[in-house]
Amino acid sequence: MTFKLPPGLALQKVDERIMTLNVGPQHPGSGHMRLIVQIDGDYIVACDPDPGYVHRGEEKMAEYRNYILNIPHLERPVIHDSCNVLYPYVLGAEEILGIEVPERAKYVRVIASELNRCIYIMYWLAIYGIFLGHSTMFMWPAGDRELLIDLMEKMTGARVTHAHFIPGGVRNDLPPNFEDVCLRQVNYFEKRIKEYAAIFYDNPILIARTRDTGVLSRQDAIRYGTTGSVLRASGVDYDLRVKEPYDVYEELDVHTNVMKEGDSYARSKIPWLDMLESCNIIRQALQKMPKSGSVRTKLKPNPKGKGLDSVYKRVESGRGSLGCYIVSDGKVEPYRVKLSVPSFRNLIALPNLLRGEKLGNMPSVYWSLNYWPVEADR
Amino acid sequence: MSVIAPNFKLSEFIKSLLDNIFWIILLLVLIGLPAVFIILFVVEMPVINGELLTPFLALTWLADPSRILPVVKAFMGTDLFRVMVFPGFGFAALLAAGTIFVERKMLAKLQLRVGPFYCGKFEGILQLMGDGLKLISKEIIIPAKADKPIFWAAPVLFVAAAAAFVAFIPVAPGWVVADVDLGLLGVFAVIGFFPIITILSAWSANSKFPFIGGIRALFQMVSFEIPLILSLPGVVMLTGSLNLSEIAASQSVFPWIVFLPVGAIVFFITMLAELERIPFDLPEAESEIVAGWLTELSGMMYGLVQLGTYLKLYAFAGLFVVLFLGGWNGPMIVPPFPVELLENGIEMGPITVGPLPGLPLFTQEMLNGTLMFVMKTAGVIFFILLPRGVFPRIRVDMLLNLGWSKLIGLAFVNIFIALGLLYAGVLGPGGLQ
Repeated sequence: MTFKLPPGLALQKVDERIMTLNVGPQHPGSGHMRLIVQIDGDYIVACDPDPGYVHRGEEKMAEYRNYILNIPHLERPVIHDSCNVLYPYVLGAEEILGIEVPERAKYVRVIASELNRCIYIMYWLAIYGIFLGHSTMFMWPAGDRELLIDLMEKMTGARVTHAHFIPGGVRNDLPPNFEDVCLRQVNYFEKRIKEYAAIFYDNPILIARTRDTGVLSRQDAIRYGTTGSVLRASGVDYDLRVKEPYDVYEELDVHTNVMKEGDSYARSKIPWLDMLESCNIIRQALQKMPKSGSVRTKLKPNPKGKGLDSVYKRVESGRGSLGCYIVSDGKVEPYRVKLSVPSFRNLIALPNLLRGEKLGNMPSVYWSLNYWPVEADR
Repeated sequence: MSVIAPNFKLSEFIKSLLDNIFWIILLLVLIGLPAVFIILFVVEMPVINGELLTPFLALTWLADPSRILPVVKAFMGTDLFRVMVFPGFGFAALLAAGTIFVERKMLAKLQLRVGPFYCGKFEGILQLMGDGLKLISKEIIIPAKADKPIFWAAPVLFVAAAAAFVAFIPVAPGWVVADVDLGLLGVFAVIGFFPIITILSAWSANSKFPFIGGIRALFQMVSFEIPLILSLPGVVMLTGSLNLSEIAASQSVFPWIVFLPVGAIVFFITMLAELERIPFDLPEAESEIVAGWLTELSGMMYGLVQLGTYLKLYAFAGLFVVLFLGGWNGPMIVPPFPVELLENGIEMGPITVGPLPGLPLFTQEMLNGTLMFVMKTAGVIFFILLPRGVFPRIRVDMLLNLGWSKLIGLAFVNIFIALGLLYAGVLGPGGLQ
């Protein structure tokens, strides 16, 4: 009896040597996603990432809310990096609505954005540690993250989902004495994360495990369109804070960290170096910030765009370049909001990186891509 | 936090108290008394004050310490006591429970946490009991396509093998469950069971992740057994005996770690791998293969495997102490038994209890030996636990490379050191000459 398959489907040839593993979505080594991994013995022959388990329709939701009401829900894809994920939307909305931002607000945004980048990277680093079986590296970043979360709480009133950036500045001015507290906490934070090198980044077992695994060459990194730490770990000097400075980044001295190896170790070390750089940026911004002044331009209720208009803005988030494309047709709500997220772009490299690797390298390579499943699904 | 629950009723409280009392009395009569009688029948009855002690008479004397102490002492001479209580299962399980508590608290301190805190008023000391109750009360789920008899048997076999391992460890002079002349070979034989049990459990679960974990465990245990066994002939050559009690007794002057440090290091590393502890916890690597060969185990089956794992940890630490750190040998710090108690009895105000014929229950040597052994074992266990907070997990190929090329080479170096010491006449069978 012959059996006719519907068009578009093909039966896969079964090889007895190949075992198919469903890594996720209920697996401690996957995020909210699934990796369909085929292994031959201990070697991965194919890997098929299957995201989409946490698709929430953020982009569609944005078409039914006005420019202000969009703020709290558009930061949901990456709540640990909520300021950065909202940043391009706010920049774009300002251009569409034609609002000027006060100078002090720009500095406050930079400080909040850099603090949030550190908060995100600490969370990411904690999971990278536990993926490698290093339970101390799970607990230390998760604990030290609280320092900066407390700062953000003082600044915005919320611990994680801040909803602090609005078109026209930031929601509230800094609390009194914030500069001193911030400087002290950031200095201590920098001292703490420098200690991580001794237990994690200089650990011989960690180096032996992650060196030369999942190597992404410079050409491939550019060809796949990866961004952020993945691109910089492959030797490409690309950071939007330097290349396309937004707000006041051009007045600050931002150093880009680049490593040439392109392996899992380099990809895990770049975010850590980024955190040290963020501490420098915060200190500079605290110094150069105007000590007083407005932080918000008054908006009319239900602001509208000026007609058919579109704008694309992008910023350097904790994971890479994060873009937001807004189309306005002159109504109260945007016609279309499209988030171009770095996680999804970095994920494209995963099947090629995992092919031929050992199964034991799967978690370290997967998580070194700086991938956040919820952001990729939007 | 309210002191009394809002729907508190005194009548129900009293009823629950009475319920408890009823059940305690019922269980005591139905189980406790028969158990006492059975134990008393097993014990060789001593003659006290010129009359043979019968179980019935012993029961009437339960309240009198001067008459119950000889019974207890007689019970302590039996094999049942040795297997179940002191050098055997009970003692080992107590140390294993302490190990779990220390592990959790120590790791917590290392990782800027507090660890178990609320259960048991003081620093979460009863957390383990709570975890055990939880595991017992959980449903045991078995995969539909599992090979059920083997799947059920594997955790029990695991605990049995770990308990058999414990039986070989001498704790104090003369206090060992199985004092066999080929004790070290017996230990190797028992260690050889673990990979078989692991692969049986993993294979019978009929699931992918346990299967990969089982294969990894098999790789790891089989390839590390060779350096494990090869690291020990040095000690055997210098001692001239395979009996663990004799090996421990031969180190009254120097522990063998002074002369054979290479062997001790190799044995320690292989021990970590055999115990599947970080950095060698590949069979249970949760980010790669969920929980490895433990994935499909649930409820008390998982609890049994954990119990077996920690018994094995104690036994390996004890073996390290016996082979390299001198076992029970050490300075005498336990004070001698006050002999006048035997003649005068204990004065408690107006009442004098005694003379007490059964005392002393333990000799001074035995108490001191046990103390030394426990202290050394606790130290070794501490160093077994410590890597968990410091190292990440290593990979299978690195593990096999370490086991086959480096550790075996070092084990041979250790054997040559021992042979050199033997031929140079520095040391000979039986210890320092």
